[in-house]
Amino acid sequence: MKKIEAIIKPFRLEEVKDLLQSLGIQGMTVSEVKGFGRQKGHTEVYRGAEYTVDFLPKLKVEVVVSDAQVDEAVAAIIKGAKTGKIGDGKIFVSTIQDAIRIRTDERGDQAV
Amino acid sequence: MGVIQAADPSVDQRLADLEAYVRNAPAQSSLRDVSGPGHNAWIMISSALVLFMTLPGLALFYGGLVRRKNVLSVLAQCLALSGIVTVLWWACGYSLSFAPGNPFLGGTSWLFFNGVTDRPNATYSPWLSHNLHAMYQLMFAIITPGLIVGAIAERMKFRALMIFCTAWMFLVYFPSAHLLWGADGWMNGLGNDAARIKAIDFAGGIVVHMTSGWSALVLCILLGKRRGYGREPIVPHSMVLCMVGTGMLWFGWYGFNAGSSLAADGIAANAFVATTLSAAVGLCGWAVLELIVRGKPSILGMCSGAVAGLATITPASGFVSPGGAVLIGALAAVATFVACTTLKSKLGYDDSLDTFGVHAVGGTLGTLMAGFLATPSVNAGLAAPRIKSFVGSTLWLEQIKAGALILIGSVLVTVVLYKVLDATVGCRVNEDVERQGLDLAEHGEEGYTH
Repeated sequence: MKKIEAIIKPFRLEEVKDLLQSLGIQGMTVSEVKGFGRQKGHTEVYRGAEYTVDFLPKLKVEVVVSDAQVDEAVAAIIKGAKTGKIGDGKIFVSTIQDAIRIRTDERGDQAV
Repeated sequence: MGVIQAADPSVDQRLADLEAYVRNAPAQSSLRDVSGPGHNAWIMISSALVLFMTLPGLALFYGGLVRRKNVLSVLAQCLALSGIVTVLWWACGYSLSFAPGNPFLGGTSWLFFNGVTDRPNATYSPWLSHNLHAMYQLMFAIITPGLIVGAIAERMKFRALMIFCTAWMFLVYFPSAHLLWGADGWMNGLGNDAARIKAIDFAGGIVVHMTSGWSALVLCILLGKRRGYGREPIVPHSMVLCMVGTGMLWFGWYGFNAGSSLAADGIAANAFVATTLSAAVGLCGWAVLELIVRGKPSILGMCSGAVAGLATITPASGFVSPGGAVLIGALAAVATFVACTTLKSKLGYDDSLDTFGVHAVGGTLGTLMAGFLATPSVNAGLAAPRIKSFVGSTLWLEQIKAGALILIGSVLVTVVLYKVLDATVGCRVNEDVERQGLDLAEHGEEGYTH
């Protein structure tokens, strides 16, 4: 099992969700996060005072999938989130030791 | 009342009294003791409008501009001042401001609203219930210290501010209101034959905006900058609240300016027009200046411009023509824009929400401009013998004299009060409190729980 964490532009969420669902992926967790990468922040001006806002709003999508599905899931996220402009985000893939469905006690691939 | 008796005046006399009511002139017979329904109605509405400027207009305007950890502290300060000032006003504030006394301070005859009843007091307005006059003026007394909140936001102790404002009311507000508006006031050029300075202040350019604005500047300099000022982003947590508050201020300002005629008369109508025009031109002025300088007109810029136009027209609102109001609004936009965007950063003081940049600069400019643009065709009071010779000639000089004296007094009182308070209760919250936010530390509550 792998966990895919994707930091994406907020307005690409619907696209990414639809593509992941079309692969049969049953669930995901989305959080509002703030951060910066090479895009850096932006400038805000209030009554002439200029502020650099370093942290931009992004969404973090977390999906746990079986090893067999990792590549197509990553490809789907890239397809859904890519605009080609700076700030499109990043995807991190890591290994998951176990998964448990609380209601039924199912474990492993059965539970994701 | 209402039942005609044999001893009543003649029909002619009664008709003359009714005409006097329509003209807002004093009645000659039994109607002297009766309030005029139209005038009372307008001032009751105006009183509520002016309170609405503070609660919640100013509170939201300021509250939106601070960081979310301090939003309640600003609301608490505006709210608490409304309570404290009301009690002060009843106990002695109204008497010290408006009762007959010496040229510098009112007397004690109206302490605890003694004798302040629904019967009109012809000294201030022939048909207005005296107790309503007291209520209307109370709302001005509430918002004035409230304006100071903007300069010291996010770093002053609640209790220190409350003590400061209480003392400040006695040392600055009550004397200023008496000097400019009291029937025997030393600077009341419009209403007092014996005034030594023939100044005019229709709705509080000097009494409200200059006193609070200049005191606010001194107080924010003495308190020092907020931690992180200039290093970390200190940005408004909700421009939405700020804009909502601005709309309420503009709405309430009709009570402030048009109500200052103390009657539902033509002068009130003229003030209503001037107020609208100056606010609109101030708003457009800021937006255009921002477009030129930054390329983008901001919501905060438009809000600031509207409030600047309103503050600046205040002393002149019942004295100037529509064209004069447009000119004042335009000058207000330029002056306050420069004060907020350039002067503040050049001089390096931390006037958190620009109380000085908007209210002191606007109030001072408007006071001066009223001296140049006031005309008897808008306000017949300017044709009275006591002030006639100044209008259109050296009235501006009288405005400078009055403004300068009140400015100096406000600054000195603020310095002394700050020193005394800082040596006793302490004025500034400690570093931890400022980091954590005043809401939790000073009030034990949070504005937003998630």
